[in-house]
Amino acid sequence: MQHSTSQVVMFTVGMTSIVALLLAGMFTFLKPVHDTNEALYNKKQILGALNAPLEITADNLTDEEVGQYFENVEQLVVNSKGELIEGVKAEDVNMEKEEKKAVEDRQFPVFIMNNKGEKYYILTVRGNGLWDKIWGWVALESDLNTVAGAAFGHKAETPGLGAEIKDNAGWKAQFVGEQIYDKSGEYVSVDIVKGGADPMNKNGVDAISGATVTCVGAAEMIHNGIALYLPYLNSISDSDTKTGQK
Amino acid sequence: MAETAVKPQVEEKEPLFGKKEKFLITDPLNDNNPITVQVLGICSALAVTTLVVPSFVMAIAVVFVTAFANLIVSLLRNSIPTQIRMIVQLVVIATLVTVVELTLKALSFEVYKQLSVFIGLIITNCIVMGRLEAFAMANKPWRSFIDGIGNGLGYGLILLIVAAARELFGKGSFAGIQIIGNTDAYFINTTDSVMFGWYANNNLMVLPAAAMFVVGILIWIQRSYNTKLVDIS
Repeated sequence: MQHSTSQVVMFTVGMTSIVALLLAGMFTFLKPVHDTNEALYNKKQILGALNAPLEITADNLTDEEVGQYFENVEQLVVNSKGELIEGVKAEDVNMEKEEKKAVEDRQFPVFIMNNKGEKYYILTVRGNGLWDKIWGWVALESDLNTVAGAAFGHKAETPGLGAEIKDNAGWKAQFVGEQIYDKSGEYVSVDIVKGGADPMNKNGVDAISGATVTCVGAAEMIHNGIALYLPYLNSISDSDTKTGQK
Repeated sequence: MAETAVKPQVEEKEPLFGKKEKFLITDPLNDNNPITVQVLGICSALAVTTLVVPSFVMAIAVVFVTAFANLIVSLLRNSIPTQIRMIVQLVVIATLVTVVELTLKALSFEVYKQLSVFIGLIITNCIVMGRLEAFAMANKPWRSFIDGIGNGLGYGLILLIVAAARELFGKGSFAGIQIIGNTDAYFINTTDSVMFGWYANNNLMVLPAAAMFVVGILIWIQRSYNTKLVDIS
């Protein structure tokens, strides 16, 4: 039976109002919970870069444990020149938004973990995978050269191939002990070598078979990403040597 | 003038769980399975089934959405204007899926991240829309609700079987319990084992195409044993 136009309009308006009210209400009510969950999730990912030195598997941590570890984490935000930016928390920096700004205007988050007297600097990097964006956290030891670990995330890489940068613990473990400066003191970052890197090579790890483009993207991401932090890293190493020499 | 006694219409009270109701739940599990017989909802069966736990969550989400969408549309079936019938059905489905997404995001962020777009894609799942059109628009609310549950369960059953096969042969685990692999973390360590030293994970199982193969094999097995399905195509 055909309904009249006014009946159709009334039904539509009525249905839309009810649905809109319900969904908007639910969203607003649940927003605090969502935000807490998301913040904790991000913290877990960041801790993933320190799986080796902390002897944990960050993915398996409970929310309380993540909170406890983060009590020992100092959060800083720096700009492209390495100067401190006040008033912003590192965990609130949205790398996706920052990427769209010019380098001079960007904010770079730094997480400094204090574990049993050892300091670890966790840098956030972002790049392009095969299908979409990829990102990562590279942790450096206090010598600002040796890598303490790395963790990665991706938006749409292929499971079993490109997604292994996130899922494969063995592959990520290769980064532990690698160095970002070569023997002559030049910044070379850690490369991801197709066909396998020499075990003696402290500046390269094996790539993932079948994930060439993702690995190329990841290597570039690490290289360019850490390079953006070099002004900050140089400033702290300078001050260390200044204060270290008594 | 003929006198005909008009028997008063006695409305048969439909039992809550009578034969017909049981049929609505058991039928989609085997004889009328949405994935293997009706061949609906294949897309998410391919994408989500790499691991068992997300598949289980997905199955629950689909049962919930199909059941309640069926219920709501059945309740409204006489008042929905015919001109906007499909649009209204879509709004009902989309609203329910959004409710599921928001709830999941609050309850388990990990699973929410694992399932990402797939929950949203339940809106496009043919099973939901299919049951609304084929059943809910012409049946009473309680029956429609049960039909929704039945079809959701049929879908969930296939999803779990495919996911179990893919996770076991593709990653050597089941629901996160590591069964066979090349490190000590696994129940059967292939590097030490004499019987299973040759075993390596089948990486093809991790790709969506493998789900297609498994579903195909399931359809083959089902039709071989279920005589009612032998001549239907």
